[in-house]
Amino acid sequence: MKDVALLALEHAAIRGVEYADVRAVETREREVTTKNGKAGHVSSSESVGVGIRVLAHGCWGFAATDDLSRDGIARAASLAVEIARAGTAAKKQDVALAPEEAHEAVWVSPCRIDPFSISVERNLGELLAVDAELRRDPAITLAEASMTFTRERQVFASTIGSLIDQTRVTSGAGFAATCYKNDDIQKRSYPNSFGGQYQLKGYELVEELDLRAHAPRIAEEAIALHAADQCPEGEFDLILDSSQLGLQIHESIGHPIELDRVLGSEANYAGMSFLTLDQLHRLRYGSEMVNVVCDARLEHGPGLGTFAFDDEGVPAQSNDIIRGGRFTGYMTSRETAAAVGERRSNGCMRADGWARLPLIRMTNVSLLPGGQSLDEVFGMDDGIYMETNRSWSIDDKRYNFQFGCEIGWEVRGGKRVRMLKNPSYSGISTEFWNACCAIAGREHWTLWGVPNCGKGQPEQVMGTGHGASPARFRKIKIGSAYGG
Amino acid sequence: MAADAIFEQVVDAARALGVTEIEAIETSHHEALTRFANNAIHQNVAERASHLSVRALVEGRTARASTNRLDREAIRDVVAQAVALARASEADADLLPLPSPASYPTAARWFDSTARSTPAGRAQAIAEALRVVEEAGQTAAGIYSTGEASFSLFNSRGVAAHHRETMARFSITAMAADSSGWAKASACDLGDLDPVALARSAARKATLSHAPRELPPGRYTVILEPAAVLDLVGQMFGDFSATAIRDGRSFLNDRIGKKIFGDNITIHDDALDALQAGAAFDGEGAPRRRLTLVESGVVRDIAYSRAAAALAGVEPTGHGFPLPNEFGEAPVNIVIAGGESTVERMVASAERAILVTRLWYIREVDPYEKIFTGMTRDGTFLVEDGAVTAGVRNFRFNQGLMEMLSNVEALSATVRASGEETFDMVAPAMLVRDFRFSEVTRF
Repeated sequence: MKDVALLALEHAAIRGVEYADVRAVETREREVTTKNGKAGHVSSSESVGVGIRVLAHGCWGFAATDDLSRDGIARAASLAVEIARAGTAAKKQDVALAPEEAHEAVWVSPCRIDPFSISVERNLGELLAVDAELRRDPAITLAEASMTFTRERQVFASTIGSLIDQTRVTSGAGFAATCYKNDDIQKRSYPNSFGGQYQLKGYELVEELDLRAHAPRIAEEAIALHAADQCPEGEFDLILDSSQLGLQIHESIGHPIELDRVLGSEANYAGMSFLTLDQLHRLRYGSEMVNVVCDARLEHGPGLGTFAFDDEGVPAQSNDIIRGGRFTGYMTSRETAAAVGERRSNGCMRADGWARLPLIRMTNVSLLPGGQSLDEVFGMDDGIYMETNRSWSIDDKRYNFQFGCEIGWEVRGGKRVRMLKNPSYSGISTEFWNACCAIAGREHWTLWGVPNCGKGQPEQVMGTGHGASPARFRKIKIGSAYGG
Repeated sequence: MAADAIFEQVVDAARALGVTEIEAIETSHHEALTRFANNAIHQNVAERASHLSVRALVEGRTARASTNRLDREAIRDVVAQAVALARASEADADLLPLPSPASYPTAARWFDSTARSTPAGRAQAIAEALRVVEEAGQTAAGIYSTGEASFSLFNSRGVAAHHRETMARFSITAMAADSSGWAKASACDLGDLDPVALARSAARKATLSHAPRELPPGRYTVILEPAAVLDLVGQMFGDFSATAIRDGRSFLNDRIGKKIFGDNITIHDDALDALQAGAAFDGEGAPRRRLTLVESGVVRDIAYSRAAAALAGVEPTGHGFPLPNEFGEAPVNIVIAGGESTVERMVASAERAILVTRLWYIREVDPYEKIFTGMTRDGTFLVEDGAVTAGVRNFRFNQGLMEMLSNVEALSATVRASGEETFDMVAPAMLVRDFRFSEVTRF
């Protein structure tokens, strides 16, 4: 891999570019799923290739290939330069980059149990045991369980002299129970929807999740939801569990702070942001107890956004995004940092494999723990608690959002008193975060993984991390998804 | 290496392991995309890749392994991996043997003009489109992509199915101070795209929607342009699946044969439609059959993979995904029948309506009532007394598809429509009454 990276860099450099970086990437994945007592998807895949990014004639060019012969790499380097030259037909100004030092490093993410050392038979055995628990009651019409494991090694080299060899192992696991009856479909998932929990860990993550122990409760709740009352429509105090709050952070904080969106790069597809440059250090994003960081360092936790260096060779950093409720920072790249006069990128450029260009992506964007106990968070006379995402939508500038959850409860006097089905809530991002009035402490904080964040054209899928503990919000609009 | 030569090596490697039932899918593609924003090209990429995916069947078990390394050793490794995974998997009494050869109609979807496009050609077309937007005093963002792809599926019982096609896409968002407009098109033949015309349309929408008015949420008559129709209606076709129904996750459970949409709604799945793209066979090599999914509002056909068909005692329809998978099958070549109207006539006929260019971030709210939420975006207008009178701030909708498709009052002729929320389809514009906008955003 190192030889491939250095050869690709050499071929780019000899073509007279102003700057070049290359990433030789080797990925191995395993996916095992079960469905209704049978093996579902049992597969493995591997992919290896190189992406060459050049800055020439003041424009970017990028070409990727899986032909790793000397000729194949030379062709890709030549194409990258040709593409950069073509960009001069519609150029306003030369691309400028914030300075960065050269780094040499070898880094391997912590992994206690190599997931690829665990047999597929053992994976299937665990998932089928979960499946059997879920289907003890025949009312469960669909039981689904899954595990996914990825190992990605990337060698980054650049013309400023960086040579960075990183290996990241990620794991994911979870299950869901669906109950269809009486013209209604209800579903419960553990530990989160859309595949469960994902972290920068080995097979130890699967062991920690203790999937089988949670299956009976999840199945019971999926069935019980059919008899539950419809979530009411109106304005209520709202408590969110940490997994739903993780997605709320992702959509209403994580995406708006991408500086490339702010500057218009994503306007045709993912959209722009309400966080225009004049809002920095001025906007009251949330209440005073809201503190949010963007932190790619291992110290923050084993998130899907944890690494040692980003895909421009910038070291992992921790940056304040919201401090004491005040908006304090964006996620940047070397190009966008230079565009707004920052001295350095804060290291958020990430690419989906070897075939895609690095873009500004969330690393771990997390709400820091608050000072309340869980009892204090639930300490309200009349409100609604929601758990586990079911649907999510937000406008293309990230003002107006609507989320649905799998399950809700009416809370009175700090206690859950009534199960509610089809709960949803909506609002405006800054109004929502300013309504935050209680955040549970560190002991309830979880670093969730979102494995499927889409951005860019051609689209790239990235894993991001979001730490959160349960929190309460005052007077939130609830239930309009099912309104009249 | 040619696809058939690769497959010979796959078969040899499988035989060496004592396995005779083997399937291989070989794909290769070369795609390039030039992206622009703030009236300049800012990202410009190309990608060339091949992929080999092998499925082994061993004593009622199956599994798949994939690689993008295509040398002899890598092919031997990927076959060994597929066989090992299959042996480690659980036996499935319902697993079918590999299918036998079939004949496939040819879909001519490969065009030299698209395959030979260059970075300079794309950049020149973008420069011309940007001039249109700049002359309107606006800024633009968008993409121009071109690509070619081939797909070959072989199995050890003699199936040999091949497809190749080219695809070009142009999309542009024109932005003024407080408004925006969008246009997009796709075609197998690059010559069918007109970037300058699309730029003019986007710029015109941005101009017309300036100083947007804020209207209250509520039920409105809407005129949905084809991209808005496809991105919303397109969300339901995964449910026209025998496996989804068997799993109890389809809104068509207990609704097959029932009238759930209006008389004017007829929908086919037709891989050979002249405006469609894609292969004429499915992920196992079964020929795609034309389906009448909805006829005059009544749900008729659903898709069956071979496995789902065997369980139901019917013929497969050629809509299965590569095995093993949990989802079974789905129609992917949707053709929604159109009508006699046009967007212009819909506008002219409306006393008060909202004209919608595009929808965004559409997600399912209720799986059985098929309620979806999402936003309008990039060109949302108030129509009064037969004319567009103002741009309006974007709405959030929460709308059930059965209700919506029962309230369609007019349809335009069909086009190949391209959005961002689902795959391209052949779809008309629709005039829909009582569409539910639940909230308004800030722009």
